[in-house]
Amino acid sequence: MTKQYKTLGDDIWKNKVEKINAELFTLTYGSIVAQLVKDYEDFTEVNKQLEKMGYNIGTRLIEDFLARSGVGRCQDFRETAEMVSKVGFKMFLNITPAVTNISADGREFSLVLDENPLAECVELPDQALVDELWYSNILCGVLRGSLEMVQMQVDAFFVTDTLRGDDMTEIRVKLIRYLEEEVPAGED
Amino acid sequence: MSSSASATSRLSVMSMAASLPSVGGYSSAPSSIYAKRNTTNILERHLNKTRGAEVSVNAFAFLFSEMLQYTQKRVNGIQDLERKLNELGYRVGIRALDLLVWREKNSKRETRVLGMLYFIHTTVWKAMFGKQADSLEKSTENEDEYMISDNDPMVSKFISIPKDVSQLNCGAFMAGIVEAIMDGCQFPSRVTAHTVPIDGFPLRTTILIKLDREVLEREEQLK
Repeated sequence: MTKQYKTLGDDIWKNKVEKINAELFTLTYGSIVAQLVKDYEDFTEVNKQLEKMGYNIGTRLIEDFLARSGVGRCQDFRETAEMVSKVGFKMFLNITPAVTNISADGREFSLVLDENPLAECVELPDQALVDELWYSNILCGVLRGSLEMVQMQVDAFFVTDTLRGDDMTEIRVKLIRYLEEEVPAGED
Repeated sequence: MSSSASATSRLSVMSMAASLPSVGGYSSAPSSIYAKRNTTNILERHLNKTRGAEVSVNAFAFLFSEMLQYTQKRVNGIQDLERKLNELGYRVGIRALDLLVWREKNSKRETRVLGMLYFIHTTVWKAMFGKQADSLEKSTENEDEYMISDNDPMVSKFISIPKDVSQLNCGAFMAGIVEAIMDGCQFPSRVTAHTVPIDGFPLRTTILIKLDREVLEREEQLK
């Protein structure tokens, strides 16, 4: 099953996606983070803003994802994890983070990114390390936003980050609950 | 005697470094020193590692739109918004310049205006946007103005501009990149972006480069 997702992801990346220079992308993201740091001067606030921006992106990204990949509903959270890492990340960022540490009840998993196009050539200042800036926090927002649009309320957060001197970059995703599909008020 | 003096000085430096975490009182400070050790190898990272790397244009479009929305909330007025975009592009430009010049391995740096503009028109555009810019023109009205045009700018492709802000041009981001590159190569100038639609290319954007007087004077002397 994972193999089928991987081939799907590779296929979409090769054929259906228009590509641009990753370095422009990296530099643009860096510029955004620098601007946020300048505006807020408080790294916890910057984390929150990045997450919020990611949430906004995620709510729209999911439509793009579904349109391009044409996949159906996932059977369980494990499948969601595989879909996100093999197809989702591949389609947009050309990386496939590994899915690890799936909890026993299948409601949590970790994504380990061995390469992060957002954080190439980035070095954090000391103050950012002390104050716990998660540089790529926008990814957590994207995950939260996009999964919420498919009826899953999740909590995504960074556990470790190579920019902070850890060995690897790991995002933990926890399923909080499945959301009921709500009929908009006024319709029957 | 001198060796013992240096030994004690070394010792005092060590103790200073060791006492630093406790002064701040942060429990996480020791990890910051570890982190420093781990992350100083950023300088050893090869610059060509991500040379051909690509991401999807959608990812960039989403990021750019978020950037726009964030900036829009914090400014009042179109001029201010364009200025902020210019600033954001500026940061991209200085770093892009370093990378591009290093990769080009062209031993001569540009000293003439035309050479500089040609560099931007071909190398910079090709590296950033995957194709050369569409035209490079000199203004007939003013001596100090040059224009680089892009028929289908990637940054504006996915942005729809509402009527009440129709003056806005998201090419201000590209203008910022160009301005940073011009400044970095010692051609200080003011760079702005304008939409100049022509048949078949409604999004055509022209980057207007207005060189500072000192550049023109220098150019005169070099003739």
